[in-house]
Amino acid sequence: MTHSGGYVADPRFRAIEWLPWLLALLCFFVAPSYLPLGSYVLTMIIFALSLDLVVGYAGIITLGHSAYFGAGAYIAGIFAARVSTEPLTGLAISTVGAGLLGLLTGVVILRTRGLALLMLTLAITSLCLEFANKATGWTGGADGLGGFAIQPILGLFKFDLFGKTAYLYCLVFLFASWWLVRRMVYSPFGASLTGIRENDVRMNAVGAPVYMRLVVSYTISAALAGLAGALLTQTTQYVGLKVLGFELSGELLVMLILGGIGRIYGAFVGPLVYLLAQDYLAKQFPEYWYFGIGMILVLVVMFVRGGILGIVDAGIAKWRGASA
Amino acid sequence: MNIGKAAVLAAAIASLAIAVNASAQTIKVGVITTYSGPGAAQGDQLDKGFKLYLKLNADKLPAGVKVEPVFRDDTGANPDAARRLAQELIVRDKVQFLTGVVWTPNAAAIAPLTAEAKVPFVIANAAGVTIPLASPYVARVSFTLWQASYPLGQWAAKKFKRAYTVVSDFAPGHEAEEGFIKGFKEGGGQIIGSARVPMTATDFIPYMQRVKDAKPDVLFAFNPAGKQATAQMKAYADLGMQKTGIKYVGPGDITTDEELQNMGDAALGVLTVHHYSAAATRPANKAFVAAYKKEYGEKLNPGFMAVGAWDAMDLIFQLIRDQKGKIEPDKTMELVKKYKTANSPRGQIVIDPETRDVMQNEYLREVRKVGGALANVEIETVGTLIKDPWKVFNKKK
Repeated sequence: MTHSGGYVADPRFRAIEWLPWLLALLCFFVAPSYLPLGSYVLTMIIFALSLDLVVGYAGIITLGHSAYFGAGAYIAGIFAARVSTEPLTGLAISTVGAGLLGLLTGVVILRTRGLALLMLTLAITSLCLEFANKATGWTGGADGLGGFAIQPILGLFKFDLFGKTAYLYCLVFLFASWWLVRRMVYSPFGASLTGIRENDVRMNAVGAPVYMRLVVSYTISAALAGLAGALLTQTTQYVGLKVLGFELSGELLVMLILGGIGRIYGAFVGPLVYLLAQDYLAKQFPEYWYFGIGMILVLVVMFVRGGILGIVDAGIAKWRGASA
Repeated sequence: MNIGKAAVLAAAIASLAIAVNASAQTIKVGVITTYSGPGAAQGDQLDKGFKLYLKLNADKLPAGVKVEPVFRDDTGANPDAARRLAQELIVRDKVQFLTGVVWTPNAAAIAPLTAEAKVPFVIANAAGVTIPLASPYVARVSFTLWQASYPLGQWAAKKFKRAYTVVSDFAPGHEAEEGFIKGFKEGGGQIIGSARVPMTATDFIPYMQRVKDAKPDVLFAFNPAGKQATAQMKAYADLGMQKTGIKYVGPGDITTDEELQNMGDAALGVLTVHHYSAAATRPANKAFVAAYKKEYGEKLNPGFMAVGAWDAMDLIFQLIRDQKGKIEPDKTMELVKKYKTANSPRGQIVIDPETRDVMQNEYLREVRKVGGALANVEIETVGTLIKDPWKVFNKKK
């Protein structure tokens, strides 16, 4: 797999980087009936960003990222059901909780690499899933956890049926996550992650603390995944076992590959295209929509190795070459 | 164009719009069911029931009123996805009714939304006992597990002494277990063991082996119908439990009609209590089964979920007729409480005005061979228009 992402000397914002935010705000006004789907897309973008940080930048191949998403989702749910339905506190606790889980598991599994690491990430998701399934007193098991109504944000903004509050709520936290991830990957820390991805032996040789760097990036990524999970719980006011499923991890990886891995905006484009395609296909062919999704994947893997942004890059390069 | 002309034109357009509105009124009905994943077999039953009803009854609406179903796939027991689908159906498609829903967790996640949006929600399957309590806009035409399991427990206690229970580990499974145990113990029976099987299990041998080793007189089981019903029956057969004298009983989910032919002769003699059998000889059922086979093929039997979907649509059609196509949510829910029909394929059904849950007959059935094929033959009516027993026992005082 070729990665185009990595250390860039010039971390200043380019004008085009404001485009996604303008579009997101525009959506709020022109497509109000799509806001419930919109909030879900924004949540998944946060989740994809967190995965991009470990897979795309640090080169940690994982199929178990739903463990942290699910942990965040369940912590938010349990907190709302038992302690308080105040949204911001719940969000903070879920993020920290998922980050802690990331730290504890990362310390163990990041000692391995390659297939062993992949297996361990899978194992952790399965353990979390089984735990949530059995601890019915806390999680509701297969019936899921619901029956709580999240309080208005700061006591002012009520979660409404049309999903307006939920959309803006998710957008604010997506902006914060994006800012954080962007700062990280453009920093020397980000550069060292790219170095580890490309050649960890050499990074060790130059004296970089490879293991520590991996654990730190994994923990931050897990915390972000937990944030996304908590947002999902608070906006849907229900948690089911599927948030811990290995299918979700797989689906997310597919979204990221579709958008373009190892480049922040791949995490924006992938979930957007995938979920809109899914929404459209499921609407047109409720019986056979998975077939359409399958076709898209086959086409992407066959023809679009660098993801959608990869095509865009190739197009721009060609145009520049022709005009020069 | 001067102002006068513009006004005339505007008036013409407005009157045209009104005329169009009066002559063709479309009522959108959001249908959430399962088309993919391991639960697709159950979702397919609902889908077939809805589509058959819509096809055969399009002329039974007031003149100029049309029903447009909007189908959505919830991919299985996936409450947050189901809730989002319901939200989108309400906000984006502006449906005036919600129906469908195979799985209890999904219905439980959707129910609070209907209270906020004031959209009547007619549950066609999901049987979790407390769902209608979550919102005044929920009504249910399917069943609860208590309705079948409690009378079955009472009946079984007269014939057997020692029982083992094996149920799916989610709310309906727990309710089936509680209902049976209460009925069985009240009749003087003894429960020697209980096991809960994960909802997604496909291999029942380990659980059934435990039952076999415990040597009960009777095994009470519940699974969410579909392919799991067949898998559990196969485990019962493979372990030779019939020969060791363990009677297999449960609500009708364990011998669901659409799967019965796949279960083989091991199912012969299995006793169930349920509200619907495809083999029932009521005229309304004969007509329903004939129409179903004509539409979907001679070999296919409708199961109780197809009937749930059929009756859900019948209730919605009745509500549309009563209001002549102008749906007001609160009036609709008042009318729901008056719904009764004698013409359901399962016999007479009534919506209990207190709980908005269904009241129906429960039949004791035995699997027998009829004309070379397996059938759930109704041998006794164990209760007429039974109210959900759980709600009777747990009534707020």
